[in-house]
Amino acid sequence: MSFQISIGGFIAVYIFMVTAFAGWVIIGRVPAILHTPLMSGSNFVHGIVVVGGIFTLLNASTPLEQAIGFVAVLLGAGNVAGGFAVTQRMLAMFQTSGHPTKHPKHAKRAALAAVKSISPKKA
Amino acid sequence: MLITISQLIIGSVDLIAAFLLMFGLWRMASPVTAPSGILVAGVGMLAAVVASFLYVFTVDAVAKPHLPLNIGLAAAALIIGAGVAWWCGRKVAITAMPQAVALFNGMGGGAAGAIAAVELFGSQTHGVGPLVVTLLGALIGSISLSGSVIAWAKLDALLKKPLHVPGLQIFNGVVLLACLMVGAYIVFAAVGGAAPVLTMPHLIEIFFGIALLYGILMTLPIGGADMPVVISVYNAFTGLAVGLEGFVLQNPALMIAGMLVGAAGLLLTLLMAKAMNRSVAKILFASFGPGKKRKQGAIKGSLKPVQASDAGIFMRYAKSVIIVPGYGLAVSQGQGKLYDFVKLLQAAGVSVKFAIHPVAGRMPGQMDVLLAEAGVPYDLIVQLADVNEEFKDADVALVIGANDVVNPEARTDKTSPIYGMPILNADQAKKCYVVKRGDGKGYAGIVNPLFYADNTFMVYGDAAAVCVSMTEAVRGLGAPAAAA
Repeated sequence: MSFQISIGGFIAVYIFMVTAFAGWVIIGRVPAILHTPLMSGSNFVHGIVVVGGIFTLLNASTPLEQAIGFVAVLLGAGNVAGGFAVTQRMLAMFQTSGHPTKHPKHAKRAALAAVKSISPKKA
Repeated sequence: MLITISQLIIGSVDLIAAFLLMFGLWRMASPVTAPSGILVAGVGMLAAVVASFLYVFTVDAVAKPHLPLNIGLAAAALIIGAGVAWWCGRKVAITAMPQAVALFNGMGGGAAGAIAAVELFGSQTHGVGPLVVTLLGALIGSISLSGSVIAWAKLDALLKKPLHVPGLQIFNGVVLLACLMVGAYIVFAAVGGAAPVLTMPHLIEIFFGIALLYGILMTLPIGGADMPVVISVYNAFTGLAVGLEGFVLQNPALMIAGMLVGAAGLLLTLLMAKAMNRSVAKILFASFGPGKKRKQGAIKGSLKPVQASDAGIFMRYAKSVIIVPGYGLAVSQGQGKLYDFVKLLQAAGVSVKFAIHPVAGRMPGQMDVLLAEAGVPYDLIVQLADVNEEFKDADVALVIGANDVVNPEARTDKTSPIYGMPILNADQAKKCYVVKRGDGKGYAGIVNPLFYADNTFMVYGDAAAVCVSMTEAVRGLGAPAAAA
């Protein structure tokens, strides 16, 4: 038994077609307020290219292939890590009036504002 | 046996990862579920990366002797690349988010291009079909890499002005055509239909060189306010390149993730272009030329300047205020100060909302993120379609650092360059305050009749400074009963 994956031309087109439709539907649900995190999030998703980079580098057999493969993994890893870091940071900032201060930075700022409002600065 | 087991594990983990990535994006449908969505996607990604090291058991006999070095290189590249990018991603200011996203996106495109380069230099792809797909992925990935770097430089204000050279668009077309022809020649030479004039490595080098050059040339003429569209386009490009290389490597997880992002980028691109009422082709291949002059009809009325403190006190006694923030607010870093003022108004019983235009800022939804960073709850932030009817019932529209998105000319004047663009109806509010640094024109370079309307008053000054004066003026009235 072999688990070698083999995707012929037509199957590939089918996969692309179905995924494109799915992507269109999934992304269409995202509200405009989240479009920046969505963009950096989808940016993170295509960072999976790093997996292809690792595969290519492990199979490299000449110095040139090793050098380019190294660059591929380097850039792919940057894409993944950077994309995740900024997306996660941005999403942590969104909050409702209901539960105001989950974010530590905001909790601090809210506390400062509260202190200020009690003792107004004399200008 | 070992090969079969590794293939089984890699296949299963990639399948799960592909599902988790899609599910993560699915959870982006609401600000409540989105933070867990990105974590879910992150777990999937981590699993896929760890599992990919099992490929060591499947390498060919040719690569076997190099394996120890290759594993070391892969680990080093992962640690350096991820470490540096993680650190940058944590440090970067939220206002600089468009640059960061452009840069990380370019890295993805570069990675896809590099994978294609290894395949091509190693002559690992056989047959016309796979070869064409590899070259196409290489072309799109390279354009995305160099284009994103230029976009980053523009957003980071390293490159100040869009480049306007007559005939540049035609030249760009020739460059792209040349690239496609070199690619076609590579295919012919590889399948033996043509005798190579140059050696294969040279042809491949030329192909990548032209592709990278095209990405630079294509992005240089595009102006700052069109950047939301450009970033979306390159995001889609990178996704597409990753998907195509996924096919070459026979990795369905890459195909699915890449195509998913391709569709996402396309959808966002179309949304942005629609919000600007310009076609994607026009944004990418024609810029607002400085030469196209148009006579604007005489504008009735005059500019009426008022003090920031007066504007602040007026809003304190209004019932409802709708704020229209624009890029100028972000430039002056006034979001936090604006929200301080809003909190005072809310404490005094004024209903306050933020109305966001889809193209406010330098990337789709950037203004929403900037307000979120300042601590504004997202239920106060409303989008154009949901808020536009409410302007006519609002006492005050406070336009702060925005211009073209509130220009009523877009509704009425057919000759206007922004005619047909959906705008925020700030002119329909009972009173309109416009906070602006000076009498400058907006990005489109046209005079805004809103500023001259009878019910509009101009507050001149830096957005952040104006917010501070308004806050002080309202505080000076004494604490209202509602606020303890």
